[in-house]
This record gives sequence, structure tokens and C-alpha cells, in this order.
Amino acid sequence: MEYLLSLAGGVLIGIAALVMWLGLGRIMGMSSITGGVIWEKGHERIWRLWFVVATIVGAFAVSHLMGIAPSEAIRSGWVWPVIAGLLVGFGTGIGSGCTSGHGVCGIGRLSPRSIIATCVFMASGIATVAVMRIVMGG
Amino acid sequence: MKQTMLVAVAGALFGAGLALGGMTNPAKVVGFLDLFGAWDPSLAFVMGGALLVTVPTFFFSKTRKLAWSGSTLTEPSARQIDSRLVSGAVLFGIGWGIYGLCPGPAVANLWTLNPEFIAFVVSMVVGLLVARKASA
Repeated sequence: MEYLLSLAGGVLIGIAALVMWLGLGRIMGMSSITGGVIWEKGHERIWRLWFVVATIVGAFAVSHLMGIAPSEAIRSGWVWPVIAGLLVGFGTGIGSGCTSGHGVCGIGRLSPRSIIATCVFMASGIATVAVMRIVMGG
Repeated sequence: MKQTMLVAVAGALFGAGLALGGMTNPAKVVGFLDLFGAWDPSLAFVMGGALLVTVPTFFFSKTRKLAWSGSTLTEPSARQIDSRLVSGAVLFGIGWGIYGLCPGPAVANLWTLNPEFIAFVVSMVVGLLVARKASA
């Protein structure tokens, strides 16, 4: 059942990418969409803002409908979210994409660049979790 | 107007899919990345489900020139696999592994109004801005 929900969630994410591509000719990459809310102007800023707001509303709605509890942080305090947020923002910024842009859309386009990027951030994430478990004990 | 509707539908589906699939749950993400521990493979199904849609979508739209809105389909032009791409992905992976959030789920989780999640998104935006300055 859990796997089916994950699969269904993935299909919804895929359809979202389909609508952005066939509907608007845009690649659905959340790192650049989020950044663009800050640095784009006019129409280019507005549609990104709409996407961000709709993402929040969509997550809120499905969580309530399906009785999914609000997510909780795995590490307490302010230091970890700030460090991790800076790394995620800076890394996706210079690497031109994240799990949605490189993972869902880039691999979907069979782009060698995105396939490499996805393999690298997956490997880096796996190594980080392993190191954190040794260093922090969890 | 039509464009705004499409963006809103796509965004809502994206947020719904992330929450339904478990991508917004940091414990689950770290469980998925915990290949050498108690590995939880369920998030592979999220990626698989998304690719089930996107691979044929991009394949069958190769000859297509215009989107429903009338705008052109603009594929990213970058082709090179360079140190920026790889080092960026390494740093992103470290942040992802530390806290279990990547950009989409981090934004989707803002509805919880959890101040630590808000701090993550604010820091992420700062990181994106620094990267943009560094690239300019």
C-alpha cells in the first residue's frame, strides 16, 4: 500500500511536469522556480510565484484529505536547517537543478547531464546519511 | 489567464504528489538514502512513477514546437558535464542527506508553518542567490 501511494504520488508529479512542458513549454525545476520568485521580474516572477503557492496548497490539501500528518524535522534546532538549506540552495544553484529539474524532467528527457547530476546527488546524499549516522549516531 | 490556470494546476499536482508519495517527510527521505542501514525503498517508486509519465511525454513531444499556451517549447540548452554541475550536485546531496529535504518538498512543507522548515527555505533561497551572484 505504501509503495502504491508512492507510485501514485510519483505519477502526479510526472503529470505536473507534463502540464508545465506541454502546456507552457517550461521545465518543472523547483530550485530555479523558487529562485526566480526572487530575481525574475514581471510576468516571469508571477507565474513562478503561482507555482510555489499552488505547490503549498496542493500539499496542504492532500495531507488533509488523506490524513497525512505534518512532516517533522529529523534534527532539532536552527543550525541544521540553516546549514542544509544553504547547501541545497547553493548546490542546486551552481548545479542548475534539483530532484525535479534534473531527476524528474532531465532524466525524462534522457539528458546525459541530468542523469550524471542525479547519480551524483544521490550518491552524495547516500554518503552523507552514512557519515551522519556514524558521526551523530543517527 | 489560461497560463496562470495551467501553472496553478501543475503546482497543485506537484505539491499533492510530493505529499502523497512521502517526499515531504524528511525521515522517509533519509530512510531512502540510508542504503547501508535500514533502507526504505519506497521513494524509488515516486521517482519511477514520475518517470513513467515524463519519459514518454518528452519522447513524443520531440517534434512539437508550441505549447498549449502558444509559447515555444524551450529545452535547456546546456550540454556540458563540467565541474560546476558535479560540485553543485555533491553539495546539494550533502544538504539533502543532512536534513532530508530537497527544494520541492521544502517548499511544499511550508503549509505546516514549522519555523525550522521556514528557516530551511529562507536559507535555500539565500544559497540560490549566492550561487547566482557567483555565476554572474
